[in-house]
Amino acid sequence: MIVADKKPIDEVIETIKDYEKILLLGCNECVTVCEAGGKKEVEVLASALRMYFLNNGKKVSIEEKTLERQCDHEYLEEIRDVIDQYDAVLSLACGVGVQFTADKYLSTPVLPGVNTCFLGATEKRGVWTERCQACGKCILASTGGICPVSRCAKRVMNGPCGGSTNGKCELGPDTDCAWQLIINRLEAMGKMDEYEKLSPLKDWATDRAGGPRTVEREDIQS
Amino acid sequence: MKTEKSRLEKVLEKNFLAVTSECGPPRGSDPSEIIEKAELLKDHVDAINITDNQTAMTRMSSLAACIHVKQLGLEPVLQMVTRDRNRIALQSDVLGAASHGIKNVLCLSGDHQSFGDCKSGQNVHDIDSMQLVQTIRYMRDEGKFLGGDDIKVPPQMFVGAAANPFADPYEIRIPRLAKKVASGAEFIQTQCIYNLDKFEDWMKRVVDRGLHEKVHILAGMTPMKSAGMAKYMKNRVPGMDVPDELVKRLSDTPKEEQAQKGIDICIEDIQRLKEIDGLHGFHIMAIEWEEKVPEIVEKAGLYPRPSI
Ligand code: SF4
Repeated sequence: MIVADKKPIDEVIETIKDYEKILLLGCNECVTVCEAGGKKEVEVLASALRMYFLNNGKKVSIEEKTLERQCDHEYLEEIRDVIDQYDAVLSLACGVGVQFTADKYLSTPVLPGVNTCFLGATEKRGVWTERCQACGKCILASTGGICPVSRCAKRVMNGPCGGSTNGKCELGPDTDCAWQLIINRLEAMGKMDEYEKLSPLKDWATDRAGGPRTVEREDIQS
Repeated sequence: MKTEKSRLEKVLEKNFLAVTSECGPPRGSDPSEIIEKAELLKDHVDAINITDNQTAMTRMSSLAACIHVKQLGLEPVLQMVTRDRNRIALQSDVLGAASHGIKNVLCLSGDHQSFGDCKSGQNVHDIDSMQLVQTIRYMRDEGKFLGGDDIKVPPQMFVGAAANPFADPYEIRIPRLAKKVASGAEFIQTQCIYNLDKFEDWMKRVVDRGLHEKVHILAGMTPMKSAGMAKYMKNRVPGMDVPDELVKRLSDTPKEEQAQKGIDICIEDIQRLKEIDGLHGFHIMAIEWEEKVPEIVEKAGLYPRPSI
């Protein structure tokens, strides 16, 4: 899923301070799972903001709504009838939701309430880790199912680099060395002979480097 | 245009033990510092590595510093890290280097930028160090750019890579070297060696696999300046293997004599390693201590350098 993290409240206040009627818009998908921008977080943030503005003698109205998805035309349409009542939308969706909302409602300021961090997994409640950088050409078949693009600080394709120490990355003891993990997997699967195959130069054209990407599936388009 | 091989390559081909050393470019635009350092090494080494923004601290470019060294009549080894440049810039700098008569290159991934002075900078890592070796070999041997076009006059480069005989994970120390050789590395400069027993064991396995016949291995040597440095290297520098015994030998030496002790140990180590099978030379890295390199080379019996 897309993992996001809450923005510090001071930063949120700074971005919305010039508006009086604000719609705080959550999303029921990834940001709900990672507890950054679902219904619950919308409630908590709305209360904190109301409290702040009340204490500072500022009249700001904050209304709450959480959509099924902000990355989908269908659900975003749900606010079409009410959007003009607001000076701004504070979206707690990922960067995709913020932009999709902004695209749709041209004249309304749409502000981000979370930092979109990465594509990752839940390790345990409150801890999420990165697993994928959406490079557009998956190489996991040849790297023991561990991704050096997202999990190696230097995205080394023929690793590890010289900095790998006791299974940890040269960045420090908090980061696993992706190549140690790859080697562990290759060993466990009895495929260490694959280690010596040189990885070809990666084609980054399907990555961010190639410009904004589109997936088109004619077979399912209506 | 047929360019002559580099001195380093010729020394190695003729089965002499090669000696290289290393200098860091200045953190400013005045080249006098690198020129002075290189002058100190002049008669005692076959080639001088010029580091490429080592530890991710911004410095004068390796290529520019190599040109200064070359102009003194010395032979540089251009270090290139894959951290800061994509495949366009790397290929372009290889051509630029070759145009200045620079004939040796060492391909590295480079320390992560978080260790340096631009922690908030991007890193590139378009290709990795082995792929850089492959790229330069391809440019040289096939006379082509990565994109497939012909290079009018291909760059004549002697291509090297680094290796750490003590690196983790243990099980891939030899396979990883084999992979570097397969990528086209012609010489290897190793990480600093302090644990001689372990290094000898590594070399034995290198020889068992016959890799010493495919690549020239130069043992990395760095004299310890003090017991403090030994402790720091032991505890703080990733991938470094410093035996307790060495730390103790330095700690047991009076402070004012520790530097000389460090030099003496380095000389002793070289003398011991000179005898081992399959080793083709030494890479003496005396960081900010270049003036000591001549003494080490002389006393280790590696002087005079062969005339080629
Ligand atoms: S130590 Fe491992 S994870 Fe870290 S940069 Fe090197 S290869 Fe990548």
